[in-house]
Amino acid sequence: MNSILESPSPVRTDENRLPLVQAQGVRKSYGQLQVLKGIDLQVDAGQVMCLLGPSGSGKSTFLRCINHLERIDGGRINFDGELIGYAQRNGKLHEMKPREVARQRRGIGMVFQRFNLFPHLTALENIIAAPIGIKRIPKAQAIAQAHELLEQVGLGDKATLHPAKLSGGQQQRVAIARALAMEPKLMLFDEPTSALDPELVGDVLDVMQKLAASGMTMIVVTHEIGFARNVADEVVFMDGGVVVESGSPAEVLGNPSHERTRAFLENVI
Amino acid sequence: MAGNSTVHRRPAPGAIVAAEPGAHDIVAVPLRHPGRWVLASLILLALLGVGTSLWQNPNIDHPTIAKYLFSDRIVAGAVLTVALTIITMVLSTILGIVLALMRLSANPVLNSVAWLYVWIFRGTPLLVQIVFWGYLGLLYKQLSLGVPFTDFTVFTVDTNALIPAFVAGVIALTTNQAAYTAEIVRAGMLSVDQGQKEACYSLGMTPLFTLFKVELPQAMRVIIPPMGNETISMLKDTALLSLIAVAELYTVAARISSQNLHQVELLIVVSIWYLALTSILSVPQYYLERHYGRGSRTLGPTPIGRAVALAHRVRRSQEGNRS
Ligand SMILES: Nc1ncnc2c1ncn2[C@@H]1O[C@H](COP(=O)(O)OP(=O)(O)OP(=O)(O)O)[C@@H](O)[C@H]1O
Ligand SMILES: [Mg+2]
Repeated sequence: MNSILESPSPVRTDENRLPLVQAQGVRKSYGQLQVLKGIDLQVDAGQVMCLLGPSGSGKSTFLRCINHLERIDGGRINFDGELIGYAQRNGKLHEMKPREVARQRRGIGMVFQRFNLFPHLTALENIIAAPIGIKRIPKAQAIAQAHELLEQVGLGDKATLHPAKLSGGQQQRVAIARALAMEPKLMLFDEPTSALDPELVGDVLDVMQKLAASGMTMIVVTHEIGFARNVADEVVFMDGGVVVESGSPAEVLGNPSHERTRAFLENVI
Repeated sequence: MAGNSTVHRRPAPGAIVAAEPGAHDIVAVPLRHPGRWVLASLILLALLGVGTSLWQNPNIDHPTIAKYLFSDRIVAGAVLTVALTIITMVLSTILGIVLALMRLSANPVLNSVAWLYVWIFRGTPLLVQIVFWGYLGLLYKQLSLGVPFTDFTVFTVDTNALIPAFVAGVIALTTNQAAYTAEIVRAGMLSVDQGQKEACYSLGMTPLFTLFKVELPQAMRVIIPPMGNETISMLKDTALLSLIAVAELYTVAARISSQNLHQVELLIVVSIWYLALTSILSVPQYYLERHYGRGSRTLGPTPIGRAVALAHRVRRSQEGNRS
């Protein structure tokens, strides 16, 4: 595998953008509570989208719908030309079997707020578990790739340590390497730095910025306005289960057109 | 303890400089516990009293104990006891894991079946279950394989031929233990953080792969300690199979004592055996707990590791003395 984080951006030109993720009218309820009330979004290949919004606005829920960790109640999500979670036959949508869903998810990496590393495995074992067990990559090759990824996230010397022996920032970087080891086309980040001590946030954001520069398509839920301003191609502001406004970082962050966006930004900055 | 590890740095201007290292070193005196010594002495005294009274009791025939402790029949009984324990624990653990997964599954049929199973086998005395399996021949004289509600049968055998006492005993202990194991495994599975499953699924792992690679290994940390207890209980519960005449340790001892009328002596013999066997069992438990606890806490050296280190140190100091 070529260095994911260091290769020059291959697709980052405005002409040959393809929609990689397309959400249309996505609705989701938990019992009586309607969390997503019709979300329309589109992310082109190579694009970085930052998702902002107050707590409870449905950002995590939307992210989890994209890789079918949550089932949607209405609308549809397309990823890489396929419908997520459903197969269309004879004009009807049939829910996929777990095995097929798992196959779809291999193209989508996810990084969680609380890292969710496997505590009983070392950093290296965390990274190679899915490539060996699911993608059936030869062990030696998976290990070499894992060492390379650890090197790229700045943790080349931590391969043999268990997560409990790593700092939060280091754990999150291992989690990013673990997701990248499946060579996904899309990376989802759900507040990847919210659980970190302030001095550890920078290391993780650096890795994410390098990843973005390498041409990875990313959807990032974050409260790091600086990151959104510097890295995002598009910023989306969500509130109450709807997209309030979206546009370039300069537009949404610099000159928001909605009162709710303005109030939120004033609180965050 | 402290003291020699002081880092020598040039003092910053204006800093208060400590006197020569060593001059003001604190010598840490550990808190003393005189009460513990008193208590230990009292308990030791009491144990000694009980021990001598047993030893000097004229009604206990000590040569008989010595004669039977390693006699062929007793040893054979002990071997069968160990074999029964191993077989039933292996089988019941497999069945218990299956039951636990059924209980945790979203399928309402599997769920209810597992619940019913645990309800029945945990809710009736083990003793009753053993006798039931032992006397199955009274209930069904013959067992046949065929299509229910028709006359078509593939084969028919006598129940007592198919299920000898040993097999009945294994079935009784296995089915009963599985109900308890299922609950322990279920608790272990519930202790695994939900985020682990999500991380697995987000990596494209299938539910089955997730179960074996991530969920069960983590659940083990919670499962192993109570399973050690269950194994020790099982070892002792095999004695109940004397009811259906399985020739394990206790049955053998009871048969011998019914001939020579040395009941108490043979009870002491089997007690020594059970104590020895349960003590041995705690060794693998210790190592299993360490194995599945890795990654969650800092592990010290094992007793064996510590002994090896001690031996090294002794050898080195001896070599030092010689030179
Ligand atoms: N599994 C669930 N069951 C019931 N309600 C849920 C569940 N998950 C989320 N919710 C509710 O859905 C709403 C949206 O939650 P979500 O986690 O998507 O918000 P968020 O925008 O990510 O917020 P935050 O910034 O706090 O992470 C909240 O009101 C939450 O309580
Ligand atoms: Mg969230």
